[in-house]
Amino acid sequence: MTTGANSENNAPENTANDPQQQSTTPPWSSLRVALQQVNQAWITSTIEAVGETTVVVPREHIVAICSHLKSAPETRFDFLADICGADRGVEEEPRFEVNYHLFSTTKHHRLRLKVVLNEEDAHVPTVTGVWRTANWHERETFDLLGIIFDGHPDLRRILLPDDWQGHALRKDFPLRGYEPYSLK
Amino acid sequence: MSSAVNIPPQFEVVDRPLDTQMTISMGPQHPSTHGVLRLELVLDGEMVVKATPDIGYLHTGMEKLFEYKKYQQGIVITDRMDYLNPLGNNLAYVMAVEKLLEIEIPERAQTIRVLTCELQRIASHLVWLGTHALDIGAMTVFFYCFREREKILNLIEAASGGRLTPSYFRIGGLMMDLPAGFERRVQQFQDGFLKSVDEFHTLLTGNTIFQRRTQGVGYISAEDAVDWGLSGPCLRGSGVDLDIRRANPYTGYEKYDFEVPTETGCDVWARYLVRMREMKECHKIVAQALSRLRPGPVKADAPKVVLPDREAMKTHMDALIHHFLIVAEGFDVPAGEVYQPIEASKGELGVYVKSDGGPKPSRVHFRGPSFVNLSALPHMAEGCMVADIVAIIGSLDIVLGEIDR
Repeated sequence: MTTGANSENNAPENTANDPQQQSTTPPWSSLRVALQQVNQAWITSTIEAVGETTVVVPREHIVAICSHLKSAPETRFDFLADICGADRGVEEEPRFEVNYHLFSTTKHHRLRLKVVLNEEDAHVPTVTGVWRTANWHERETFDLLGIIFDGHPDLRRILLPDDWQGHALRKDFPLRGYEPYSLK
Repeated sequence: MSSAVNIPPQFEVVDRPLDTQMTISMGPQHPSTHGVLRLELVLDGEMVVKATPDIGYLHTGMEKLFEYKKYQQGIVITDRMDYLNPLGNNLAYVMAVEKLLEIEIPERAQTIRVLTCELQRIASHLVWLGTHALDIGAMTVFFYCFREREKILNLIEAASGGRLTPSYFRIGGLMMDLPAGFERRVQQFQDGFLKSVDEFHTLLTGNTIFQRRTQGVGYISAEDAVDWGLSGPCLRGSGVDLDIRRANPYTGYEKYDFEVPTETGCDVWARYLVRMREMKECHKIVAQALSRLRPGPVKADAPKVVLPDREAMKTHMDALIHHFLIVAEGFDVPAGEVYQPIEASKGELGVYVKSDGGPKPSRVHFRGPSFVNLSALPHMAEGCMVADIVAIIGSLDIVLGEIDR
């Protein structure tokens, strides 16, 4: 990255990072700059791998960072593409994670927010107040992994029947289920 | 006068308040719900006060199944999600795994992927058009659409051997190269297709009944559409110019010249026009892909991931070993996670794959466009008539196999 110190001797390879020529820089670098302006207390760590950016967020700040990223002019993540939970394994601690895949319909960049949760306390605040589409995604995550979204307006099972026991996508749930559903 | 008549108490007319509401269940066996969707409708007379979709009748635990299968075995599961657009599902899944493996796909394989996916998109739109028109009462269109779709399914069968479940794409390329004479057969289809689109327009677009049933029905504004996560033709029908093929190009779509049709009507009619125009754009992309086809390999140079050719197996020891290892043990995918979005025929199809490093994924999640588009149905349906629900469901183009997974 260019710094103010060496902007005197404008080397040709540094011109791409000049703020006046932001449009020539790849989209992820403008996203990186935008993320640095976010309150750093909201971010535990940032991971960049295979061309994707992941930001790990403490769960108490997830609504704040989502609202900020949605409204801030340099990020404009107005489109929540997906929410999906994952079970890292029965022995893992923290065991669960919730991934929020954000997309901007104007800037066309993508970002993944990640919240990690302990098994005993698998609660995370809902983001239905930020994007209404979160409603069904959160219901699905609750249904299949048993993660509770606090403040959700209608947290019922969505894919499995209401009287289903357990959460099917947890690693300790057998593939063929329990009796009498099992066909052996 | 009336007070003089003595009415027995069991025949006495109960004076119900005007705002009495009735709850009825629409589906899951209703033909217009395109599968097994159940809607719980709260009605005031014939007006819908509240519509609550009830899904899950086709849930088969596919995402769970992925965790027990090797990466290459997952491809056949994806066929069964959106069964009208199986090649799109194949593509999203193999691209997600290829992204984790960081392997390069040869030019010819990329072009064939674009060619077959666009044919599949036309086929998917044809089923939408036929059933949408059928729901609204125009039966003839259905036969015209299925006549054209049959030609595409024959092409896909020629390439892959399967009509509804092709599983044509493999991690690292294609199952095999196109058969001899395939280009000529695609060209034959191409020559007649634009005339067929004109036929569909003749049957529907100028039809007053169809217009009255669709215009102004199922309104959703651009802001609401983005907030509800609508994607694909449903979003573009609300005037948002967004296409993943343009926004985040994949498989070389940035090299193709095509338009992204948008309409600003925000209603069922606008979504109809978007898909009708999109079919012509698909036709354009297929023509360009045909002209780009050059001889070359269709499998990546990654012997530990891609199955070797039959001939090589008979002559080369290492090819035989690789074949045995891939089939018996699978291949290890580096630990990590990816989210791969593509523009499927119904909208943004996203695949999230998380790997712990073994031959089986730790988690696979599908963001089905139908799932998200259906979640906006209550927003569109409130205040409309019961018959309009049928038009709205048709315009969303849902496939329950993808919603329930």
